[in-house]
Amino acid sequence: MTDLVSSALLLLGTALTLLSAIGLHRYRDVFARTHPAGKAAPLGATLVAIAVSLQLADPAATLKLAVALLLLLLTFPTGLHMVVRAAYRSGTELNADVEVDELADAVRASDDDPDGTADAPG
Amino acid sequence: MFDDALTIAFALLAVAAALAVARVIFAESIPDRMLALDLLVVVALIAIAGDATRRDSDVFLDVLVVISLVGFLATVSVARFIERRGSR
Repeated sequence: MTDLVSSALLLLGTALTLLSAIGLHRYRDVFARTHPAGKAAPLGATLVAIAVSLQLADPAATLKLAVALLLLLLTFPTGLHMVVRAAYRSGTELNADVEVDELADAVRASDDDPDGTADAPG
Repeated sequence: MFDDALTIAFALLAVAAALAVARVIFAESIPDRMLALDLLVVVALIAIAGDATRRDSDVFLDVLVVISLVGFLATVSVARFIERRGSR
């Protein structure tokens, strides 16, 4: 029975990773591509880690997988956020059909008075 | 049962890795490449975990911790690089 569950989880996790790889090609600009890369890939890794720990059924292996997974889930989105934030701050223009860019005025406001001493405009 | 699921999983991983490498080659900016390389980190992580079941040993699972941290290190250094020099 656990073989069935772990096989299903393994295939689901790998399919999620494949979907996130497809998503990288599918979306048009960096900011949209962060969704598949930043979310589907770690979720795929989580499912595969659960499948492998079920299959190995060895507490030491499960502990190692849990530590690796915890570190991945903590650091992976943070790293991606930093890269895309740096991309935005260094002037990567958004995709043509993006109408609303709420971050622009927030960035401008924070550039004007970095420590937010002036009262909020309007 | 699990072994042929593993074989299918490795095939899917190969396709995902090929797509990610294609993304790295044909990317138009550095952040794109960084996203694809991070995806390759996850693909490597899943491949090693899957291979650990085939070997039925948990010796290689320590590598996963190293890979995820080194991947994070690379991402952070590229982010610093982009912030200074622009992402073109």
